[in-house]
Amino acid sequence: MPLVAGLSFDLTVIWAFLIAFAVFVYVVLDGFDLGLGILFAVEPDRRDRDVMMNSVAPVWDGNETWLVLGGGGLFAAFPLAYAVVLPALYVPILAMLLALVFRGVAFEFRWRTERWRGVWDMAFIGGSALAALSQGIALGALLQGIAVDPAARAYGGGWWDWLTPFSLFVGVAVVVGYALLGACWLVMKTTGPLQERMRTRARWLGLATVGFIGAVSLWTPFLQEGYYARWFSGWGLVAAGGVAAAVLLLAALLERSLSLHRHEYRPFLYALGLFAVCFVGLGVAMWPYVIPRSVTIWEAAAPETSQLFMLIGAAVLIPIILAYTAYAYWVFRGKVDPQAGYH
Amino acid sequence: MPIDLDAVMLARIQFAFTVSFHFLFPAFTIGLASYLAVLNGLWLWTREHRYLELFRYWVKVFALAFAMGVVSGLVMSYQFGTNWSVFADRAGPVIGAPMAYEVLSAFFLEAGFLGIMLFGRDRVGEGLHMAACVAVALGTIFSAFWILSVNSWMHTPAGYRIDEATGQFLPEDWWAIIFNPSFPYRLAHTVTAAYLTTAFIVGGVGGWHLLRARRRGEIPSQATRTMFSMAMWMAALVAPVQLVLGDLHGINTLHHQPAKVMAMEGHFESHPEGCAPLYLFGLPDQEAQRLDYALGIPCLSNLILKHDLTSPLPGLDTVPRDEQPPVAIVFWSFRVMVGLGLLMVGLGVWSLWARWRGRLFDSPALHRAAVAMGPSGLVAVLAGWITTEVGRQPYTVYGLLRTADSASPLAAPAVAWSLVAFVVIYFAVFGAGTWYILRLLSRPPRADEPRLHDVVEGPIRSAGITPAPAEAARQGRPQTIGG
Ligand code: HDD
Ligand code: HEM
Ligand code: HEM
Repeated sequence: MPLVAGLSFDLTVIWAFLIAFAVFVYVVLDGFDLGLGILFAVEPDRRDRDVMMNSVAPVWDGNETWLVLGGGGLFAAFPLAYAVVLPALYVPILAMLLALVFRGVAFEFRWRTERWRGVWDMAFIGGSALAALSQGIALGALLQGIAVDPAARAYGGGWWDWLTPFSLFVGVAVVVGYALLGACWLVMKTTGPLQERMRTRARWLGLATVGFIGAVSLWTPFLQEGYYARWFSGWGLVAAGGVAAAVLLLAALLERSLSLHRHEYRPFLYALGLFAVCFVGLGVAMWPYVIPRSVTIWEAAAPETSQLFMLIGAAVLIPIILAYTAYAYWVFRGKVDPQAGYH
Repeated sequence: MPIDLDAVMLARIQFAFTVSFHFLFPAFTIGLASYLAVLNGLWLWTREHRYLELFRYWVKVFALAFAMGVVSGLVMSYQFGTNWSVFADRAGPVIGAPMAYEVLSAFFLEAGFLGIMLFGRDRVGEGLHMAACVAVALGTIFSAFWILSVNSWMHTPAGYRIDEATGQFLPEDWWAIIFNPSFPYRLAHTVTAAYLTTAFIVGGVGGWHLLRARRRGEIPSQATRTMFSMAMWMAALVAPVQLVLGDLHGINTLHHQPAKVMAMEGHFESHPEGCAPLYLFGLPDQEAQRLDYALGIPCLSNLILKHDLTSPLPGLDTVPRDEQPPVAIVFWSFRVMVGLGLLMVGLGVWSLWARWRGRLFDSPALHRAAVAMGPSGLVAVLAGWITTEVGRQPYTVYGLLRTADSASPLAAPAVAWSLVAFVVIYFAVFGAGTWYILRLLSRPPRADEPRLHDVVEGPIRSAGITPAPAEAARQGRPQTIGG
């Protein structure tokens, strides 16, 4: 039945792109607000912290919902992948969830107590950093490969397999990258000395992020045969060159807009660009696998009836969601004034 | 019966623990979101200040409870994969789609408009702010719709076929899947439960402040009276409805999961001639398959379940031992829920009587009872879920997939450690959150009710509170943040 086979092919690819899109939106949106939490650590002043917190308070919940969509979408469209990857990454996933518990409640709890405010600020910092680290570790562990037991349609490894120097390295890289996003967000949302400090931080973090991107890119091809073959042959070389050039260009633009031109909005856009380019690179490396080198998107796919039913909803609802999310950001646009409240 | 703490048992405990904690928050926020929308609507309509006061008072509680609901829910959405991966692989093609619809139609709606509801009144104008309140309330209902559809499908699976090669459930008929046989009953009963939960918490807080004002010889504020009165109307009108819905739900369950109802009723023995007794008390002994010290009302169970006296009612003696749920847990949790439901009806009737006599705000006994019943909704909701979920054991997908075959291939220590982490962290974090909520509720609403992120700690001095540094309006006019 070529027609049905063709349909299933298309739907599966569409879903792979949709989930990649959800994960990307999650990474950049929650990326900056987790990064902001990480930067709390170096901004001890109470007023600065209030301003930082207020710059994301109205939107953080929406940002985190993309994570639910990424996970839920994977469950719905690629149940086998969901069932294999999550037990394999049991420890980092649970660490991430518990970390998000701490930082999520800190948004409200810190306003409810004077005496314990410091404790909830610590929870915010620690939760943000641990969530970022765990997400990076999970990414690293996925890239380096996961043991699949095909007969049982299940994970076939132990509960510490994820822990390697590579996964830890990617974990640290994500912490640094998120901190960069957070710093650029704050350059956009604040004024005065806080904004100045963020400019400086963003420059250092930009440098470090580019270093990590380079190191991870050079490390990955040596993890598995398949990556090497993909990057160092034919079109792979062209893609690799393109990605590298784009990263360097964006890094230069970022640095100039922070130091020379002292732009307000552009550094954030350039930092987003860096993440987008990395994401494309990741896609090239992984395609067409959902679990690198062992399970393809078609092997993990839910039947087309499931994918079609969901696609109808997604096609209608995602544009609406994007519209009202954009509206919510628009409502709370502009600077958060550090002088406010002293009336 | 010694409990074998293998990985599956640990995973079950972990799931039960985390979902129970999670559900406490939705049970409260579903109702509170609607209550806030109503208060805001009344404020816009009547411009009576007490409604705005109440909105500002309860929105602070809502923000706390909602944050806890979100983070505990996030944990849930990943647990199907981490701990129940076989179940996830098998049932994913069927339940994945409705769960994705929940994210798309409910969670985004709640999260997208929450910021505007909490912080946006001055920024978007009152009309749009009202729309945001309604959007959040609708989001919580949509969420209940989809997740309960999924849960109900696990109890009464329909519209699927089973794939020979992979063992997966494959969807055949989405309408039949979503509107599976137990779903309408469960949805109506659970959403009503959430409204009751909220009503009794609001009523308890109102009763508390009425008592406090009385003790101090003060006149309770308009706002305090209003919240008590609104809550008592809800109790009086909705609790009896819940009784009817529960009865219908139980009759439906008798049809689809008879073993569960036998356990709820404590019917180890069959009653072929009908006239099965309603046991009020008894100690289920599952080893001996017998209800000890049974105290029953003759024939009443037949009347409730069959609406006649003579239809035969089979008992657990017709169910193989390894297909029976743990009877004692189901038996007792069911009694807790129904007992509380009857007390709720009782309080509602009492409040009607007091209202009729013009003593609604002037009856310390009624106010004390309302305080005592404040947390009753939360307890009843948990008891109800325990009845439902323990009663469908030993299956996750009823009759088709056993719980023991649903779990992830995880080492027991992995699950044991995560369980310990959950217990410690949940009690610490949600314990603190509950404390902050209680502290907010310990003072009555005031005419100049502080906004969301104005810091308030401890007793309020007349000198006022310290305003937090907060967002400035676009025009540069300093303003505090909050609705
Ligand atoms: C009857 C209603 C109901 C039930 C049975 C459940 N939930 Fe829930 N859930 C809600 C009603 C709700 C809610 C009222 O809609 C919440 C509370 C706070 C919120 O954001 O939405 C919510 C939050 C919430 C969130 C966070 C949403 C966000 O980020 O905004 C997730 C991921 C889940 N839930 C997932 C689950 C799962 C996997 C459940 C099953 C085990 C579950 N919920 C049971
Ligand atoms: C929200 C309130 C809920 C509560 C309080 C609750 C309670 C419980 C309890 C006590 C158990 C353990 C049963 C046992 O071990 O004997 C359990 C198991 C389970 N429940 Fe629920 N449940 C709730 C909602 C849900 C929902 C909405 C779903 C599905 C979407 C669900 C799916 C499951 C699964 C998969 C298990 C594990 C397997 C099992 O032990 O049955 N539950 N739940
Ligand atoms: C007073 C009369 C009540 C009766 C006769 C009743 C009946 C029932 C029955 C038979 C079930 C099990 C359904 C199943 O087998 O799946 C159930 C579940 C449940 N009950 Fe009730 N109930 C009553 C009151 C309440 C109250 C007052 C609340 C909360 C405020 C409540 C909350 C729940 C919840 C949350 C569940 C689990 C979800 C569900 O399956 O609907 N019930 N109830």
